[in-house]
Amino acid sequence: MRKAKGRVRRPDGKRILITGNEACGEGAVQAGLRFYAGYPITPQNELTAYMSRRMLDVGGTFIQAESELAAISMVFGATVAGVRAMTSSSSPGISLKQEGISYLAACELPAVIVNIMRGGPGLGNIAPSQSDYFQATKGGGHGDYHMVVLAPASCQEMLDFTRELFDIADRYRGPVMVLGDGILGQMMEPVIVDRRSSIDVRRESQTTNDKRQTTKSWALTGCKGRKPNVIKSLRLKEGELEAFNEKLEKKYDLIRKREIRFEKYRTEGAKIIIVAYGTSSRIGRASVDRLRKYGIKAGLFRPISLWPFPYEALKKLDKGNTKFLTVEMSAGQMLEDVRLAIEDKSRVHFYGRTGGGIPSEEAIVREAISYKL
Amino acid sequence: MKKTLNEQIICAGFGGQGIMLMGKLLAEAGMREGYCVSWLPSYGAEVRGGTAHSMVHISDNAIASPTISLPTTCIVMNKPSLAKFTGKLRKRGLLIVNTSMVDRIPQKAGVKTLKFPLTDLAADMGNVKTANMIAVGVFTKAKKIFPLKNVLEELEKVLRLDESLIALNKKAIKLGYSLVN
Repeated sequence: MRKAKGRVRRPDGKRILITGNEACGEGAVQAGLRFYAGYPITPQNELTAYMSRRMLDVGGTFIQAESELAAISMVFGATVAGVRAMTSSSSPGISLKQEGISYLAACELPAVIVNIMRGGPGLGNIAPSQSDYFQATKGGGHGDYHMVVLAPASCQEMLDFTRELFDIADRYRGPVMVLGDGILGQMMEPVIVDRRSSIDVRRESQTTNDKRQTTKSWALTGCKGRKPNVIKSLRLKEGELEAFNEKLEKKYDLIRKREIRFEKYRTEGAKIIIVAYGTSSRIGRASVDRLRKYGIKAGLFRPISLWPFPYEALKKLDKGNTKFLTVEMSAGQMLEDVRLAIEDKSRVHFYGRTGGGIPSEEAIVREAISYKL
Repeated sequence: MKKTLNEQIICAGFGGQGIMLMGKLLAEAGMREGYCVSWLPSYGAEVRGGTAHSMVHISDNAIASPTISLPTTCIVMNKPSLAKFTGKLRKRGLLIVNTSMVDRIPQKAGVKTLKFPLTDLAADMGNVKTANMIAVGVFTKAKKIFPLKNVLEELEKVLRLDESLIALNKKAIKLGYSLVN
Protein backbone atom coordinates (compact mmCIF):
# COMPACT_ATOMS: atom_id res chain seq x y z
CA MET A 1 0.00 0.00 0.00
CA ARG A 2 1.49 3.35 -0.95
CA LYS A 3 0.97 6.39 1.23
CA ALA A 4 -0.39 9.74 0.21
CA LYS A 5 2.32 12.39 0.09
CA GLY A 6 2.61 14.32 3.30
CA ARG A 7 1.61 17.72 2.06
CA VAL A 8 -1.93 16.80 1.14
CA ARG A 9 -2.54 14.92 4.34
CA ARG A 10 -4.71 16.97 6.64
CA PRO A 11 -6.51 16.02 9.80
CA ASP A 12 -9.39 14.14 8.36
CA GLY A 13 -11.90 14.23 11.15
CA LYS A 14 -13.85 17.25 10.09
CA ARG A 15 -13.70 16.93 6.32
CA ILE A 16 -16.76 15.54 4.64
CA LEU A 17 -17.48 14.85 1.01
CA ILE A 18 -20.37 17.04 -0.17
CA THR A 19 -21.47 18.76 -3.36
CA GLY A 20 -20.78 22.45 -3.92
CA ASN A 21 -24.51 23.09 -3.89
CA GLU A 22 -24.83 21.54 -0.44
CA ALA A 23 -21.73 23.39 0.79
CA CYS A 24 -23.30 26.64 -0.38
CA GLY A 25 -26.49 25.84 1.48
CA GLU A 26 -24.60 24.98 4.65
CA GLY A 27 -22.62 28.22 4.44
CA ALA A 28 -25.88 30.12 4.28
CA VAL A 29 -27.31 28.28 7.28
CA GLN A 30 -24.15 28.99 9.27
CA ALA A 31 -24.52 32.66 8.38
CA GLY A 32 -27.92 32.69 10.01
CA LEU A 33 -30.09 32.24 6.94
CA ARG A 34 -33.66 31.70 8.03
CA PHE A 35 -35.58 32.26 4.81
CA TYR A 36 -35.02 30.46 1.54
CA ALA A 37 -37.28 30.52 -1.50
CA GLY A 38 -36.39 28.84 -4.77
CA TYR A 39 -37.67 27.09 -7.82
CA PRO A 40 -36.01 23.89 -9.10
CA ILE A 41 -33.58 24.01 -11.99
CA THR A 42 -30.55 21.89 -12.90
CA PRO A 43 -27.66 22.16 -12.02
CA GLN A 44 -28.52 23.76 -8.67
CA ASN A 45 -31.21 21.35 -7.48
CA GLU A 46 -29.09 19.88 -4.67
CA LEU A 47 -29.10 23.34 -3.08
CA THR A 48 -32.88 23.67 -3.08
CA ALA A 49 -33.19 20.08 -1.81
CA TYR A 50 -30.65 20.74 0.94
CA MET A 51 -32.50 23.84 2.04
CA SER A 52 -35.80 22.00 2.20
CA ARG A 53 -34.26 19.83 4.94
CA ARG A 54 -31.99 22.31 6.70
CA MET A 55 -34.53 25.12 7.06
CA LEU A 56 -36.63 22.69 9.06
CA ASP A 57 -33.65 21.85 11.32
CA VAL A 58 -33.00 25.47 12.21
CA GLY A 59 -36.60 26.60 12.44
CA GLY A 60 -36.39 28.71 9.28
CA THR A 61 -38.74 28.95 6.34
CA PHE A 62 -38.35 27.02 3.11
CA ILE A 63 -40.64 27.76 0.22
CA GLN A 64 -40.64 26.08 -3.14
CA ALA A 65 -42.11 29.01 -5.00
CA GLU A 66 -44.37 28.79 -8.03
CA SER A 67 -41.77 30.57 -10.16
CA GLU A 68 -38.37 32.25 -10.02
CA LEU A 69 -40.03 35.64 -9.99
CA ALA A 70 -42.14 34.65 -7.00
CA ALA A 71 -39.04 33.34 -5.19
CA ILE A 72 -37.06 36.59 -5.51
CA SER A 73 -40.14 38.56 -4.48
CA MET A 74 -40.53 36.38 -1.39
CA VAL A 75 -36.89 37.04 -0.58
CA PHE A 76 -37.67 40.75 -0.91
CA GLY A 77 -40.48 40.34 1.60
CA ALA A 78 -38.30 38.46 4.08
CA THR A 79 -35.33 40.79 3.92
CA VAL A 80 -37.48 43.90 4.22
CA ALA A 81 -38.58 42.46 7.57
CA GLY A 82 -34.94 42.11 8.63
CA VAL A 83 -34.46 38.37 8.11
CA ARG A 84 -31.42 36.94 6.35
CA ALA A 85 -32.79 35.64 3.05
CA MET A 86 -31.52 33.83 -0.01
CA THR A 87 -32.66 32.47 -3.34
CA SER A 88 -30.81 30.40 -5.89
CA SER A 89 -31.20 29.31 -9.47
CA SER A 90 -29.30 28.64 -12.66
CA SER A 91 -28.89 30.96 -15.62
CA PRO A 92 -32.39 31.00 -17.20
CA GLY A 93 -33.91 31.34 -13.74
CA ILE A 94 -31.53 34.15 -12.80
CA SER A 95 -32.69 36.07 -15.86
CA LEU A 96 -36.21 35.87 -14.47
CA LYS A 97 -35.04 37.24 -11.13
CA GLN A 98 -33.48 40.41 -12.56
CA GLU A 99 -36.47 42.62 -11.86
CA GLY A 100 -36.38 41.62 -8.21
CA ILE A 101 -32.63 42.18 -7.98
CA SER A 102 -33.00 45.71 -9.34
CA TYR A 103 -35.71 46.42 -6.75
CA LEU A 104 -33.54 45.01 -3.95
CA ALA A 105 -30.77 47.38 -5.02
CA ALA A 106 -33.23 50.29 -5.24
CA CYS A 107 -34.60 49.57 -1.77
CA GLU A 108 -31.14 48.87 -0.34
CA LEU A 109 -32.13 45.46 0.90
CA PRO A 110 -29.53 42.78 1.68
CA ALA A 111 -30.07 39.41 0.01
CA VAL A 112 -27.90 36.61 -1.32
CA ILE A 113 -28.57 35.30 -4.81
CA VAL A 114 -26.82 32.15 -6.00
CA ASN A 115 -26.31 31.52 -9.71
CA ILE A 116 -25.01 28.06 -10.65
CA MET A 117 -24.42 28.87 -14.30
CA ARG A 118 -25.35 26.61 -17.19
CA GLY A 119 -25.01 27.04 -20.93
CA GLY A 120 -27.08 29.71 -22.68
CA PRO A 121 -28.60 31.77 -24.21
CA GLY A 122 -32.22 30.75 -23.79
CA LEU A 123 -32.82 27.45 -22.09
CA GLY A 124 -29.46 26.40 -23.48
CA ASN A 125 -28.40 23.17 -21.85
CA ILE A 126 -27.63 21.92 -18.36
CA ALA A 127 -23.85 21.74 -18.70
CA PRO A 128 -21.50 24.05 -16.77
CA SER A 129 -20.77 27.48 -18.20
CA GLN A 130 -19.48 30.94 -17.26
CA SER A 131 -21.56 32.90 -19.71
CA ASP A 132 -23.48 35.04 -17.18
CA TYR A 133 -20.50 37.21 -16.28
CA PHE A 134 -21.94 40.25 -18.04
CA GLN A 135 -25.32 39.73 -16.43
CA ALA A 136 -23.81 39.42 -12.96
CA THR A 137 -21.27 42.22 -13.09
CA LYS A 138 -22.67 44.77 -15.52
CA GLY A 139 -26.19 45.01 -14.13
CA GLY A 140 -28.56 42.27 -15.27
CA GLY A 141 -31.52 44.35 -14.19
CA HIS A 142 -32.32 47.95 -15.03
CA GLY A 143 -30.96 51.10 -13.46
CA ASP A 144 -27.64 52.28 -12.05
CA TYR A 145 -26.76 49.57 -9.58
CA HIS A 146 -24.08 47.04 -8.76
CA MET A 147 -23.83 44.02 -6.57
CA VAL A 148 -20.83 42.34 -5.01
CA VAL A 149 -20.20 39.14 -6.97
CA LEU A 150 -17.85 36.50 -5.56
CA ALA A 151 -16.69 33.56 -7.66
CA PRO A 152 -15.78 30.43 -5.67
CA ALA A 153 -13.49 27.82 -7.23
CA SER A 154 -14.00 24.89 -4.86
CA CYS A 155 -16.69 23.31 -2.74
CA GLN A 156 -14.96 24.76 0.33
CA GLU A 157 -15.22 28.24 -1.12
CA MET A 158 -18.86 27.63 -2.00
CA LEU A 159 -19.38 27.36 1.75
CA ASP A 160 -16.99 30.07 2.90
CA PHE A 161 -17.96 32.71 0.35
CA THR A 162 -21.69 32.20 0.78
CA ARG A 163 -21.35 32.52 4.51
CA GLU A 164 -19.37 35.72 4.22
CA LEU A 165 -21.60 37.24 1.57
CA PHE A 166 -24.40 37.54 4.10
CA ASP A 167 -22.20 39.89 6.13
CA ILE A 168 -21.25 41.86 3.03
CA ALA A 169 -24.91 42.16 2.03
CA ASP A 170 -25.84 43.47 5.47
CA ARG A 171 -22.84 45.80 5.68
CA TYR A 172 -23.67 47.58 2.43
CA ARG A 173 -27.38 46.86 2.37
CA GLY A 174 -27.85 45.42 -1.08
CA PRO A 175 -28.11 42.25 -3.13
CA VAL A 176 -24.95 40.16 -3.54
CA MET A 177 -24.23 37.13 -5.68
CA VAL A 178 -22.43 33.80 -5.49
CA LEU A 179 -21.44 33.03 -9.08
CA GLY A 180 -20.63 29.36 -9.56
CA ASP A 181 -21.13 26.93 -12.41
CA GLY A 182 -22.57 23.48 -12.94
CA ILE A 183 -19.28 21.81 -12.04
CA LEU A 184 -18.88 23.65 -8.75
CA GLY A 185 -22.49 22.98 -7.90
CA GLN A 186 -22.61 19.28 -8.67
CA MET A 187 -19.12 18.04 -7.90
CA MET A 188 -18.18 16.63 -4.52
CA GLU A 189 -15.00 17.58 -2.73
CA PRO A 190 -13.80 17.30 0.84
CA VAL A 191 -15.15 20.29 2.77
CA ILE A 192 -14.47 21.38 6.33
CA VAL A 193 -17.99 22.22 7.38
CA ASP A 194 -17.72 22.88 11.07
CA ARG A 195 -15.80 26.10 11.47
CA ARG A 196 -17.96 27.90 13.92
CA SER A 197 -16.27 30.80 15.63
CA SER A 198 -17.31 33.50 18.04
CA ILE A 199 -18.40 35.58 15.06
CA ASP A 200 -21.07 33.00 14.35
CA VAL A 201 -22.46 33.32 17.82
CA ARG A 202 -22.80 37.05 17.28
CA ARG A 203 -24.48 36.38 13.97
CA GLU A 204 -27.01 34.12 15.55
CA SER A 205 -28.03 36.75 18.03
CA GLN A 206 -28.49 39.26 15.23
CA THR A 207 -31.02 37.26 13.36
CA THR A 208 -33.05 35.10 15.61
CA ASN A 209 -35.57 32.51 14.66
CA ASP A 210 -38.26 34.88 15.75
CA LYS A 211 -38.85 36.84 12.60
CA ARG A 212 -40.11 39.87 14.51
CA GLN A 213 -36.77 40.42 16.18
CA THR A 214 -33.90 42.01 14.33
CA THR A 215 -31.15 44.49 15.04
CA LYS A 216 -31.67 46.09 11.62
CA SER A 217 -33.08 49.48 12.53
CA TRP A 218 -34.31 50.14 9.00
CA ALA A 219 -36.37 46.96 8.76
CA LEU A 220 -40.16 46.93 8.61
CA THR A 221 -40.89 45.18 11.85
CA GLY A 222 -44.01 47.01 13.03
CA CYS A 223 -43.69 50.64 14.14
CA LYS A 224 -45.41 50.53 17.47
CA GLY A 225 -43.58 53.01 19.69
CA ARG A 226 -41.26 54.31 16.99
CA LYS A 227 -41.30 56.34 13.78
CA PRO A 228 -42.42 54.28 10.79
CA ASN A 229 -39.71 53.08 8.40
CA VAL A 230 -40.36 53.65 4.73
CA ILE A 231 -38.79 51.42 2.10
CA LYS A 232 -39.65 52.14 -1.54
CA SER A 233 -38.12 52.30 -4.97
CA LEU A 234 -40.33 54.94 -6.60
CA ARG A 235 -38.71 58.37 -6.33
CA LEU A 236 -40.78 60.82 -8.35
CA LYS A 237 -39.98 64.13 -6.70
CA GLU A 238 -37.68 66.33 -8.71
CA GLY A 239 -34.06 65.55 -7.90
CA GLU A 240 -35.02 62.80 -5.50
CA LEU A 241 -33.82 59.94 -7.66
CA GLU A 242 -30.59 61.66 -8.64
CA ALA A 243 -29.78 62.28 -5.00
CA PHE A 244 -30.43 58.59 -4.34
CA ASN A 245 -28.26 57.56 -7.31
CA GLU A 246 -25.45 59.68 -5.88
CA LYS A 247 -25.86 58.02 -2.51
CA LEU A 248 -25.67 54.61 -4.17
CA GLU A 249 -22.55 55.62 -6.08
CA LYS A 250 -20.85 56.66 -2.83
CA LYS A 251 -21.66 53.24 -1.43
CA TYR A 252 -20.32 51.52 -4.55
CA ASP A 253 -17.12 53.58 -4.34
CA LEU A 254 -16.67 52.38 -0.80
CA ILE A 255 -17.18 48.78 -1.93
CA ARG A 256 -14.65 49.28 -4.73
CA LYS A 257 -12.13 50.41 -2.10
CA ARG A 258 -12.79 47.68 0.43
CA GLU A 259 -14.09 44.52 -1.16
CA ILE A 260 -11.70 43.73 -3.99
CA ARG A 261 -10.42 40.18 -3.81
CA PHE A 262 -8.07 38.20 -5.99
CA GLU A 263 -5.48 35.48 -5.88
CA LYS A 264 -2.07 35.35 -7.53
CA TYR A 265 -0.24 32.13 -8.30
CA ARG A 266 3.39 31.99 -9.49
CA THR A 267 3.10 35.47 -11.01
CA GLU A 268 6.64 36.39 -9.87
CA GLY A 269 8.63 37.07 -13.03
CA ALA A 270 5.83 35.73 -15.20
CA LYS A 271 5.95 36.56 -18.90
CA ILE A 272 2.50 35.22 -19.59
CA ILE A 273 -0.33 35.43 -17.11
CA ILE A 274 -3.47 33.35 -17.34
CA VAL A 275 -6.50 35.27 -16.06
CA ALA A 276 -9.37 33.02 -15.03
CA TYR A 277 -12.02 32.70 -12.33
CA GLY A 278 -14.04 29.87 -10.82
CA THR A 279 -13.68 26.46 -12.43
CA SER A 280 -11.50 27.87 -15.22
CA SER A 281 -8.99 29.13 -12.63
CA ARG A 282 -8.50 25.59 -11.31
CA ILE A 283 -7.58 24.42 -14.79
CA GLY A 284 -5.54 27.59 -15.30
CA ARG A 285 -3.53 26.83 -12.18
CA ALA A 286 -2.69 23.32 -13.36
CA SER A 287 -1.76 24.76 -16.76
CA VAL A 288 0.64 27.19 -15.09
CA ASP A 289 2.41 24.30 -13.35
CA ARG A 290 2.71 22.48 -16.64
CA LEU A 291 4.03 25.56 -18.47
CA ARG A 292 6.59 26.19 -15.72
CA LYS A 293 7.72 22.58 -16.11
CA TYR A 294 8.35 23.32 -19.79
CA GLY A 295 10.44 26.32 -18.72
CA ILE A 296 7.84 28.93 -19.64
CA LYS A 297 7.40 31.65 -17.06
CA ALA A 298 3.66 31.51 -16.59
CA GLY A 299 1.46 32.69 -13.73
CA LEU A 300 -2.20 32.84 -12.80
CA PHE A 301 -4.29 35.81 -11.79
CA ARG A 302 -7.64 34.81 -10.38
CA PRO A 303 -10.24 37.50 -9.74
CA ILE A 304 -12.35 36.40 -6.78
CA SER A 305 -14.56 39.47 -6.61
CA LEU A 306 -15.85 39.84 -10.16
CA TRP A 307 -17.51 43.05 -9.07
CA PRO A 308 -15.65 45.00 -7.89
CA PHE A 309 -13.11 43.77 -10.43
CA PRO A 310 -9.44 43.88 -9.33
CA TYR A 311 -8.29 46.19 -12.16
CA GLU A 312 -5.37 47.73 -10.25
CA ALA A 313 -3.97 44.45 -8.97
CA LEU A 314 -4.04 43.00 -12.46
CA LYS A 315 -2.44 46.08 -13.95
CA LYS A 316 0.41 45.84 -11.45
CA LEU A 317 1.38 42.50 -12.98
CA ASP A 318 1.89 44.16 -16.36
CA LYS A 319 5.60 44.80 -16.88
CA GLY A 320 5.05 46.44 -20.26
CA ASN A 321 5.63 43.33 -22.33
CA THR A 322 3.69 40.80 -20.25
CA LYS A 323 1.14 38.76 -22.15
CA PHE A 324 -2.25 37.90 -20.76
CA LEU A 325 -4.39 34.93 -21.65
CA THR A 326 -7.97 35.15 -20.43
CA VAL A 327 -9.58 31.73 -20.08
CA GLU A 328 -13.33 31.44 -19.66
CA MET A 329 -16.18 29.03 -20.23
CA SER A 330 -17.81 31.70 -22.40
CA ALA A 331 -17.24 33.45 -25.70
CA GLY A 332 -15.23 36.15 -23.90
CA GLN A 333 -16.92 38.26 -21.21
CA MET A 334 -14.43 38.87 -18.39
CA LEU A 335 -12.03 39.46 -21.29
CA GLU A 336 -13.43 43.00 -21.53
CA ASP A 337 -12.47 43.77 -17.93
CA VAL A 338 -9.00 42.35 -18.48
CA ARG A 339 -8.64 44.66 -21.49
CA LEU A 340 -9.79 47.61 -19.39
CA ALA A 341 -7.12 46.78 -16.84
CA ILE A 342 -4.26 46.21 -19.28
CA GLU A 343 -5.28 48.84 -21.87
CA ASP A 344 -2.90 47.44 -24.49
CA LYS A 345 -5.32 45.11 -26.23
CA SER A 346 -2.62 43.55 -28.41
CA ARG A 347 -1.24 41.71 -25.37
CA VAL A 348 -4.58 40.43 -24.10
CA HIS A 349 -5.54 37.11 -25.64
CA PHE A 350 -8.48 34.84 -25.16
CA TYR A 351 -9.26 31.17 -25.03
CA GLY A 352 -12.78 30.05 -24.27
CA ARG A 353 -15.17 27.17 -24.57
CA THR A 354 -18.92 27.56 -24.78
CA GLY A 355 -22.09 25.52 -24.51
CA GLY A 356 -20.84 23.24 -21.77
CA GLY A 357 -17.32 22.76 -23.10
CA ILE A 358 -14.57 22.84 -20.49
CA PRO A 359 -11.12 24.19 -21.34
CA SER A 360 -8.51 21.45 -21.09
CA GLU A 361 -5.05 21.93 -19.63
CA GLU A 362 -3.58 20.80 -22.93
CA ALA A 363 -5.48 23.45 -24.89
CA ILE A 364 -4.58 26.24 -22.47
CA VAL A 365 -0.91 25.25 -22.56
CA ARG A 366 -1.01 25.18 -26.35
CA GLU A 367 -2.61 28.63 -26.49
CA ALA A 368 -0.16 30.07 -23.97
CA ILE A 369 2.81 28.75 -25.93
CA SER A 370 1.47 30.14 -29.20
CA TYR A 371 0.96 33.63 -27.71
CA LYS A 372 4.28 33.67 -25.94
CA LEU A 373 6.19 33.13 -29.19
CA MET B 1 10.77 8.49 -4.98
CA LYS B 2 7.37 7.03 -5.60
CA LYS B 3 5.44 8.09 -8.63
CA THR B 4 2.77 10.73 -8.05
CA LEU B 5 -0.69 9.24 -7.84
CA ASN B 6 -3.19 10.66 -10.30
CA GLU B 7 -5.98 8.13 -10.57
CA GLN B 8 -8.88 9.10 -12.82
CA ILE B 9 -11.80 6.71 -12.67
CA ILE B 10 -14.94 6.61 -14.78
CA CYS B 11 -17.74 4.44 -13.43
CA ALA B 12 -20.37 3.84 -16.08
CA GLY B 13 -23.52 1.84 -16.58
CA PHE B 14 -27.31 2.04 -16.52
CA GLY B 15 -29.17 4.38 -14.22
CA GLY B 16 -30.19 2.18 -11.29
CA GLN B 17 -26.98 0.15 -11.16
CA GLY B 18 -25.59 2.36 -8.42
CA ILE B 19 -23.07 4.12 -10.62
CA MET B 20 -23.09 7.36 -8.61
CA LEU B 21 -22.80 5.48 -5.34
CA MET B 22 -19.89 3.42 -6.63
CA GLY B 23 -17.96 6.57 -7.48
CA LYS B 24 -18.82 8.22 -4.22
CA LEU B 25 -17.59 5.24 -2.22
CA LEU B 26 -14.27 5.23 -4.08
CA ALA B 27 -13.88 8.97 -3.44
CA GLU B 28 -14.69 8.57 0.26
CA ALA B 29 -12.18 5.73 0.61
CA GLY B 30 -9.53 7.84 -1.14
CA MET B 31 -10.27 10.88 1.00
CA ARG B 32 -9.86 8.79 4.11
CA GLU B 33 -6.41 7.80 2.93
CA GLY B 34 -5.47 11.49 2.77
CA TYR B 35 -5.64 12.02 -0.97
CA CYS B 36 -7.21 14.93 -2.81
CA VAL B 37 -10.44 13.63 -4.29
CA SER B 38 -13.33 14.84 -6.39
CA TRP B 39 -16.52 13.26 -7.62
CA LEU B 40 -18.61 14.49 -10.51
CA PRO B 41 -21.89 13.00 -11.69
CA SER B 42 -22.95 12.94 -15.31
CA TYR B 43 -25.75 15.30 -16.10
CA GLY B 44 -28.70 14.58 -18.22
CA ALA B 45 -32.15 13.18 -17.97
CA GLU B 46 -30.56 10.06 -16.56
CA VAL B 47 -33.15 7.87 -14.98
CA ARG B 48 -33.42 4.18 -14.32
CA GLY B 49 -32.52 2.47 -17.56
CA GLY B 50 -30.69 5.41 -19.11
CA THR B 51 -26.91 5.59 -19.18
CA ALA B 52 -25.10 7.26 -16.31
CA HIS B 53 -21.55 7.80 -15.26
CA SER B 54 -19.58 9.36 -12.46
CA MET B 55 -16.02 10.63 -12.56
CA VAL B 56 -13.66 10.29 -9.62
CA HIS B 57 -10.20 11.75 -9.16
CA ILE B 58 -7.89 10.41 -6.47
CA SER B 59 -4.67 12.35 -6.51
CA ASP B 60 -1.61 13.49 -4.57
CA ASN B 61 -2.09 16.99 -5.96
CA ALA B 62 -4.94 19.48 -5.97
CA ILE B 63 -7.45 18.53 -8.63
CA ALA B 64 -7.75 20.99 -11.49
CA SER B 65 -10.86 19.95 -13.38
CA PRO B 66 -13.01 17.22 -11.89
CA THR B 67 -13.89 16.09 -15.41
CA ILE B 68 -11.94 13.26 -17.02
CA SER B 69 -11.08 13.03 -20.70
CA LEU B 70 -8.48 10.25 -20.48
CA PRO B 71 -9.31 7.86 -17.64
CA THR B 72 -6.79 5.59 -15.93
CA THR B 73 -9.58 3.24 -14.89
CA CYS B 74 -12.94 2.45 -16.44
CA ILE B 75 -15.48 0.42 -14.53
CA VAL B 76 -17.98 -0.62 -17.15
CA MET B 77 -21.27 -2.10 -16.04
CA ASN B 78 -23.14 -2.25 -19.37
CA LYS B 79 -22.61 -2.43 -23.10
CA PRO B 80 -23.22 1.19 -24.19
CA SER B 81 -20.65 2.39 -21.65
CA LEU B 82 -17.98 0.12 -23.04
CA ALA B 83 -18.21 1.77 -26.42
CA LYS B 84 -18.40 5.24 -24.92
CA PHE B 85 -15.43 5.25 -22.56
CA THR B 86 -12.94 2.45 -23.01
CA GLY B 87 -11.47 3.84 -26.21
CA LYS B 88 -10.15 6.74 -24.16
CA LEU B 89 -8.39 4.61 -21.54
CA ARG B 90 -4.79 5.53 -20.97
CA LYS B 91 -1.91 3.15 -21.59
CA ARG B 92 -1.42 0.78 -18.68
CA GLY B 93 -4.97 1.65 -17.69
CA LEU B 94 -7.37 -0.67 -15.94
CA LEU B 95 -10.64 -1.87 -17.43
CA ILE B 96 -13.14 -3.63 -15.20
CA VAL B 97 -15.97 -5.14 -17.22
CA ASN B 98 -19.28 -6.61 -16.16
CA THR B 99 -19.45 -9.53 -18.59
CA SER B 100 -23.05 -10.26 -17.55
CA MET B 101 -24.05 -7.28 -19.66
CA VAL B 102 -21.23 -7.05 -22.18
CA ASP B 103 -20.74 -9.84 -24.68
CA ARG B 104 -17.70 -8.79 -26.68
CA ILE B 105 -14.78 -6.90 -25.27
CA PRO B 106 -12.44 -5.27 -27.75
CA GLN B 107 -8.78 -5.92 -27.02
CA LYS B 108 -6.78 -2.80 -26.39
CA ALA B 109 -3.02 -3.01 -26.24
CA GLY B 110 -1.47 -2.05 -22.92
CA VAL B 111 -4.72 -2.12 -21.01
CA LYS B 112 -5.21 -4.49 -18.11
CA THR B 113 -8.68 -5.99 -18.39
CA LEU B 114 -10.49 -7.69 -15.51
CA LYS B 115 -13.64 -9.48 -16.61
CA PHE B 116 -16.24 -10.77 -14.20
CA PRO B 117 -19.96 -11.53 -14.56
CA LEU B 118 -20.74 -9.00 -11.85
CA THR B 119 -24.52 -8.98 -12.21
CA ASP B 120 -24.72 -12.78 -12.15
CA LEU B 121 -22.42 -12.97 -9.14
CA ALA B 122 -24.61 -10.41 -7.39
CA ALA B 123 -27.75 -12.36 -8.26
CA ASP B 124 -26.15 -15.50 -6.82
CA MET B 125 -25.54 -13.60 -3.61
CA GLY B 126 -29.21 -12.75 -3.45
CA ASN B 127 -29.36 -9.12 -4.57
CA VAL B 128 -28.64 -8.07 -8.12
CA LYS B 129 -28.11 -4.48 -6.99
CA THR B 130 -24.82 -5.33 -5.31
CA ALA B 131 -22.99 -5.78 -8.63
CA ASN B 132 -21.57 -2.28 -8.18
CA MET B 133 -20.10 -3.22 -4.80
CA ILE B 134 -18.40 -6.29 -6.24
CA ALA B 135 -16.80 -3.94 -8.78
CA VAL B 136 -15.62 -1.68 -5.96
CA GLY B 137 -13.98 -4.70 -4.33
CA VAL B 138 -12.28 -5.63 -7.60
CA PHE B 139 -10.95 -2.08 -8.00
CA THR B 140 -9.74 -1.95 -4.40
CA LYS B 141 -7.66 -5.11 -4.79
CA ALA B 142 -6.43 -4.36 -8.30
CA LYS B 143 -5.23 -0.82 -7.58
CA LYS B 144 -4.30 -0.94 -3.88
CA ILE B 145 -4.76 2.81 -3.52
CA PHE B 146 -6.59 2.42 -0.25
CA PRO B 147 -7.05 -0.61 2.03
CA LEU B 148 -10.20 -2.72 2.02
CA LYS B 149 -10.89 -1.50 5.55
CA ASN B 150 -11.49 2.06 4.26
CA VAL B 151 -14.11 0.90 1.82
CA LEU B 152 -15.97 -1.21 4.33
CA GLU B 153 -16.03 1.54 6.93
CA GLU B 154 -16.96 4.31 4.53
CA LEU B 155 -19.77 2.16 3.17
CA GLU B 156 -21.60 2.55 6.45
CA LYS B 157 -21.53 6.32 6.07
CA VAL B 158 -22.46 6.38 2.40
CA LEU B 159 -25.22 3.80 2.55
CA ARG B 160 -27.95 4.73 4.95
CA LEU B 161 -29.59 1.33 4.99
CA ASP B 162 -30.46 -1.19 7.63
CA GLU B 163 -27.85 -3.57 8.97
CA SER B 164 -28.72 -6.59 6.87
CA LEU B 165 -28.28 -4.62 3.64
CA ILE B 166 -25.02 -3.10 4.87
CA ALA B 167 -23.80 -6.61 5.63
CA LEU B 168 -24.84 -7.83 2.19
CA ASN B 169 -23.00 -4.96 0.50
CA LYS B 170 -19.90 -5.63 2.59
CA LYS B 171 -20.05 -9.25 1.53
CA ALA B 172 -20.22 -8.14 -2.09
CA ILE B 173 -17.19 -5.89 -1.68
CA LYS B 174 -15.23 -8.72 -0.06
CA LEU B 175 -16.26 -11.08 -2.87
CA GLY B 176 -14.96 -8.62 -5.46
CA TYR B 177 -11.75 -8.24 -3.47
CA SER B 178 -11.23 -12.01 -3.46
CA LEU B 179 -11.76 -12.32 -7.22
CA VAL B 180 -8.47 -10.58 -8.02
CA ASN B 181 -5.17 -12.36 -7.48
